[in-house]
Amino acid sequence: MPMKIENGPFWKRVEENLQNDFMRGAVAGMQDRGYVRRLGVIEELGHWEEWRSLAEQIRKHTLENLDYYLMQLSENVAKRGGHVFFAQTAEEANDYIRRIALEKQAKKIVKSKSMVTEEINLNPVLEAIGCQVVETDLGEYILQIDDHDPPSHIVGPALHKNKEQIRDVFRRKLGYTKSSDPVELARHAREMLRRDYLTADIGITGCNFAIAESGSITLVTNEGNADLVTALPKTQITVMGMERIVPTFEEMEVLVSMLTRSAVGQKLTSYITVLTGPRDEGDADGPEEFHLVIVDNGRSSILGTEFQPILQCIRCAACVNVCPVYRHIGGHSYGSIYSGPIGAVLSPLLGGYDDYKELPYASSLCAACTEACPVKIPLHELLIKHRQIIVEREGKAPVAEKLAMKAFRLGTASSSLYRFGTKFAPSAFAPFVEDGRVTKGPGPLKAWTESREFPAPSKERFRDWFQTRQKGGNPS
Amino acid sequence: MTRGTIQNRDAFLQTIAERLGRAPRLSGVSRPQWDCAPQWTVFAGYSQDDLLNVLQKQCGLIHTDYIETTSAELAGALRRQVAAYGGGPVIVPDDPRFAEYGLSALLQDEWPAEQTAVHTWNPALGRQNIDAAEQANVGIAFSDITLAESGTVVLFSRNEQGRAIHFLPKTYIAIVPKSTVVPRMTQAAAAIHEQIEKGGLVPSCINFITGPSNSADIEMNLVVGVHGPMKAAYIVVTDR
Ligand code: SF4
Repeated sequence: MPMKIENGPFWKRVEENLQNDFMRGAVAGMQDRGYVRRLGVIEELGHWEEWRSLAEQIRKHTLENLDYYLMQLSENVAKRGGHVFFAQTAEEANDYIRRIALEKQAKKIVKSKSMVTEEINLNPVLEAIGCQVVETDLGEYILQIDDHDPPSHIVGPALHKNKEQIRDVFRRKLGYTKSSDPVELARHAREMLRRDYLTADIGITGCNFAIAESGSITLVTNEGNADLVTALPKTQITVMGMERIVPTFEEMEVLVSMLTRSAVGQKLTSYITVLTGPRDEGDADGPEEFHLVIVDNGRSSILGTEFQPILQCIRCAACVNVCPVYRHIGGHSYGSIYSGPIGAVLSPLLGGYDDYKELPYASSLCAACTEACPVKIPLHELLIKHRQIIVEREGKAPVAEKLAMKAFRLGTASSSLYRFGTKFAPSAFAPFVEDGRVTKGPGPLKAWTESREFPAPSKERFRDWFQTRQKGGNPS
Repeated sequence: MTRGTIQNRDAFLQTIAERLGRAPRLSGVSRPQWDCAPQWTVFAGYSQDDLLNVLQKQCGLIHTDYIETTSAELAGALRRQVAAYGGGPVIVPDDPRFAEYGLSALLQDEWPAEQTAVHTWNPALGRQNIDAAEQANVGIAFSDITLAESGTVVLFSRNEQGRAIHFLPKTYIAIVPKSTVVPRMTQAAAAIHEQIEKGGLVPSCINFITGPSNSADIEMNLVVGVHGPMKAAYIVVTDR
């Protein structure tokens, strides 16, 4: 799957997703439960602002000295007998990996979750030379067997599917005969995938953090799939975005502590695995050959610009999980494998404004994302920078986008307001509401309400707004 | 060890340096003193007993059975836990601690006599170890470092202790000497970093394992036991 998800124009995607009640319920449930869990572990840890400052400092220092740390990393990987390939583009990375697959005459390849291999669209390249590519993360496995349904969340890719849908896919594709009980479904996947691990020729992984001082890579999972992907096949290929690196084990530890808390509200996930080179001489498992592919694919053009902080990202999805806009429109609306606030900032940078110019407007600028980010990326400020650039390019912000900005801002003017949830917003607007319509709005709404009625914020206010917009014609 | 290859590095790093608006930095950078170190304040001043309490509580959250015993009672405790998980086959690393902790009789005589097969990881047997791990009902290993905060056992791979022991068996038991318990991952990372500074080589695989395998990918329902073990237990040896 490439970074871009081909599913029609932005506004149409949003409209379709607003109709998907299961998805919207699932996202809301995930956000609400995730919020409580994340705050719980953060509180238990204590000194969270210090942790954030430390994490930010580590990420900033590493980016400012990225050439040095990549030099050190590659030297140490080579010393341990691993091979390093620096790929400027997606094509270079894919070509290299394809060459290895051909050389090994690989028939089957098992993969653990990796956003960057999605971004460079690796799977079709390997399938074209006759390899069977098997995704082993349960969420990704479900999407893969469902004819490559796109992921809707960077941590929980199959969040938009319910268990009945998953059961039906398993029945259609895997001859599954049992119920929609998640335990039975997961056990079935376990059995199917066991065979794949044991017979695969190559294992491919992503990389949460590379460690420069030792030439190691760190993998963070709950399922243990990355461990089987790297313990059993003879060849291991790890693909990393060039910024996913830390100086030493000590910084890795700090960032892993931030990642697992921010992503899933856990102190640590079940499996954190640090791998260095191929198997040691005399080992009976682990790969005989190890390749590290370090991918630029547009990242270096972000360095040295005002957008450089986005490269601090550790892909925890905390920003996604607190985003009121993501809550309503879901991951698929973003048209990119990177959704939510991180996606709205990153997708235009990696994929260009032509495809992604609407994304920076899919935000209420409420700053909840910035507050949640464990490495202190000023996400909402970067969204504003994008908007400024888009306005400059296009001469003006398209009307629809102006409206979007106002609409998304409604009731979410500050993150503290959002924190009390959607219930709080309606009462704040009460004085302006007649028959469920805002007639004269405060602040940013004024210009808008002067020319037409605006739907009052309600639990479904976002959806109402879209319906109203629809009646008023297509703005795109 | 034959050195691996490095391709396309110069141009790649040159681009980065250009974007950063300076000459390439290929050496001479040192880690700054970070402004703060909150990680060292967690459970600072806790005694070993305090840490065990933390570990025990955390095990409740990570779906892991927690058992305390002494080295004299360990063989019995291990035998009961393996029985509770449905018996053999069992797979273990070739680790001198099994003998030191009085488990040789159990592994070599008692279990085999009652038809509980025991496979001891033997690098000379190559792939057969993986088959044995795949068939095993229980994998057993000693924790090298134990993290109280998260309930994590840390395991260093070596010729005699393959990676598959921790992942392929249906259930998993870690033996945790009390002396291996530290507050959190910070202490483990610092110890490993210190070894590297002294010129030591890290093992090819370091596992930080926290309870059984799980997933929340289906409607965010927690399913315990996906690709790795479906149950896990820590047997803490309080006098070691
Ligand atoms: S931008 Fe921050 S909050 Fe969002 S995924 Fe990246 S690190 Fe996490």
